Amino acid sequence: MNNEIETVETDVLIIGAGGAGMRAAISVNDAGLKPVMVTKSLLGKAHTVMAEGGIAAALGNVDPKDNWMVHYGDIIEEGVYISNWKMAEILGKEAPERVLELEKYGALFDRTPDGRIMQRAFGAHTYRRLAHIGDRTGLELIKTLEDQVLHRNIPFYDEMYIVDLIRKGDKIIGAYGIKMDTGKTFLFKAKTVVIATGGSGRVYKVTSNSWESTGDGVGMAYRAGVKLRDMEMIQFHPTGMVYPPGVKGLLVTEGVRGEGGILLNSKGERYMLKYSPQKKELDARDVVARANYREIMEGRGTEHGGVYLDITNKGPDFIKHKLPAMYQQFLEFAGVDITKEKMEVAPTVHYMMGGIQVDAETEKTNLENLFAAGEVASGLHGANRLGGNSLADILVFGKRAGDAAVNYARSSKIEEIPAEEIEKIKSYVMHFFRDDGKNPYDLIDRLTACMSENVGIMRDEEHLQKAMEIIEGLKEEFKEVGTKGGLRYNHGLLGCLELGNMLVSCEAIATCASMRKESRGAHARSDFPKKDPAWKVNIVTYLGDDGNMVFEVKPAEEMPEEYKAYVKPEVYE
Amino acid sequence: MSEDIKINVFRFDPETEKEGKFVEYNVPYVDGMVVLDTVRYVEEKIDPTVSIRWNCKAGKCGSCSAEINGKPSLMCKTRVDEIGKHITVAPMAAFPLIKDLVTDVSKNWEIARKIPMFTPKEGLEKPWRINPKDVERSKEFKRCIECFLCMDVCHVVREHFTPYFGPRHIVKAASWDMHPLDGLDRSKMLDVEGGMGYCNITKCCTEVCPEHIKITDNAIIQEKERAVDRQYDPIAMIIKNRRKKEKVVK
Repeated sequence: MNNEIETVETDVLIIGAGGAGMRAAISVNDAGLKPVMVTKSLLGKAHTVMAEGGIAAALGNVDPKDNWMVHYGDIIEEGVYISNWKMAEILGKEAPERVLELEKYGALFDRTPDGRIMQRAFGAHTYRRLAHIGDRTGLELIKTLEDQVLHRNIPFYDEMYIVDLIRKGDKIIGAYGIKMDTGKTFLFKAKTVVIATGGSGRVYKVTSNSWESTGDGVGMAYRAGVKLRDMEMIQFHPTGMVYPPGVKGLLVTEGVRGEGGILLNSKGERYMLKYSPQKKELDARDVVARANYREIMEGRGTEHGGVYLDITNKGPDFIKHKLPAMYQQFLEFAGVDITKEKMEVAPTVHYMMGGIQVDAETEKTNLENLFAAGEVASGLHGANRLGGNSLADILVFGKRAGDAAVNYARSSKIEEIPAEEIEKIKSYVMHFFRDDGKNPYDLIDRLTACMSENVGIMRDEEHLQKAMEIIEGLKEEFKEVGTKGGLRYNHGLLGCLELGNMLVSCEAIATCASMRKESRGAHARSDFPKKDPAWKVNIVTYLGDDGNMVFEVKPAEEMPEEYKAYVKPEVYE
Repeated sequence: MSEDIKINVFRFDPETEKEGKFVEYNVPYVDGMVVLDTVRYVEEKIDPTVSIRWNCKAGKCGSCSAEINGKPSLMCKTRVDEIGKHITVAPMAAFPLIKDLVTDVSKNWEIARKIPMFTPKEGLEKPWRINPKDVERSKEFKRCIECFLCMDVCHVVREHFTPYFGPRHIVKAASWDMHPLDGLDRSKMLDVEGGMGYCNITKCCTEVCPEHIKITDNAIIQEKERAVDRQYDPIAMIIKNRRKKEKVVK
């Protein structure tokens, strides 16, 4: 293996090229500074592409009463009062601008009969709010931004795996990466860095998340001393595919229910009438996911361990027009024609509400020049995210992170990176090349199974303790993993590096889940089934001086008095 | 079908080897398994140095393109029980090989930069209004996930050195040209710079498209006809000639 290392200097280094990363890069470019974007997968393949149902923005095109205050209220209430209120306000106010900007960039939204952007109903949104492109909204979003990035000639390095950030004092001065397609190593020297790497969904066995979502951003930030929060809050999407096994966990868009699909158990009962008589199938994701889980656990599930989702009453023309990708997905993967047959679905891990703690307005972390946006950042969604809010999130806060990075970069300079820092990361990478190394994928299999079994949709102390023990054991075994081959396109090496990051997320998720002795939003405990006012808090996690994970409990941010009018007061039983 | 299946994966590292070869692996069959599952099994359980590219495993990102039993396909959407027990997986031949099943598709970004981006008509009233029906034409092309299988199967792209942009990029241009509010016409550019004339409408690209876009009929032929109309429109020619003459007279 060669020792050469290529150095790239930039004003703003953006790690990740999903919606948040690309939108940040556009901001930097348009401000006249030099962005460099790096991404683990090919350009245009990021997990954003999987988003289906739409982007939440209070445009009020279909329901004129909608406005940012209502959107704000929905976020706070469904985030169960531990969201950052300022981020909720910003999202409510700025999402419509970002949607119209996307339209200006060429995104072609579905229309209302009078030609405006169409908006569909989604779980726990008071009004029909999701601007959409059929059930392929994420694809349109990413292809539209990709085109903007290409035509602006924004420099990007795809298939670049960032191993670690390099910190000096309270700043990040660079990052070290491996370009997987060439096997070359890179040193990025940057005035500021934006992390937009997405979530950690792949730490679970059954997940709707794509290959990338191994929590690399959380891992590298944590090691650099960045504070995380709300890590126990993992969203289970109510409807993932269950059969065949090869596609278990694959997302079935909430749009199916938004367009009138209903949930049935094996007895043919529409059980959501019982769990949520008002909002029914369109209650928040945590409520519907737990209802599906209970039906399955109590023996009213389907042949393959799911429940039925039925949209056949809408007729083939409507379904093929409104849900074309779902029609195709079930036909091709499961041999099921959803215009005639019911779908089998079950909860699947979908989203990480927790992540890097950021300032609401600038997305700055606790380090001076490090910013984070998108799923890797935390605060907006609290204990539960509403459908469609993540696409709004990545555009609104991707832009803000880019803008803030520009402001910082203008009065900052590139710093020299000490050779020993580079050497440290290099030797971390190289130590994985050994003949007697344990297969990282065997450990990953055990880790993801442990998380699905013990830190799942319904939690209790016994299982959480068990998970923490297994994770501790795997941390020890991690010291022995290794692979063969070289740096070029080596998934064995990638597995080793990713596993290191996955363990950070898992330890944080399991420990925070054990600490939070109540049920709130996505975090449900059978041994503490009620919500507790004492736990109206955020758990902050970071790397302590002794090398262990530190946990701090902080009261949730209080919103200003005048904003309380937009929100129903919190009720405890 | 519960026994092991045999899968032949093309292995070649152009940096260290002179030529590649197919290597056979045994993989336990799982109900509903797709080809990507089998290759990932090889990578995770047998040989971690097998290079593959994949991402969403849901047919949405277009990363895992390969030639399965000779046919350009997405590995994640090809069910094992539908292609029989003898399976070969090879990289896309139209792109330079990086290693094993991974190819260098970066030339597509170069071509994408040449196609003028969405350019709204001037003087549009805000907010923009579009008849719901008018969205449909462009929408078909916007389904493209950039798997580049259409580029792989296209004999012009694959076997000849021509300026032809290739099917993916005609689809891209068509998605803007048929956007109801776009103010440009890219057909001439596709014809002159993009070598669209080299396409002889064999429709191979349409056949392999995992998104079922009618690439030839709805994008390429439409753009070809526009280009022809524009160049050979008799009335336009008369006007053009007259202008030329006027200039000469002056």
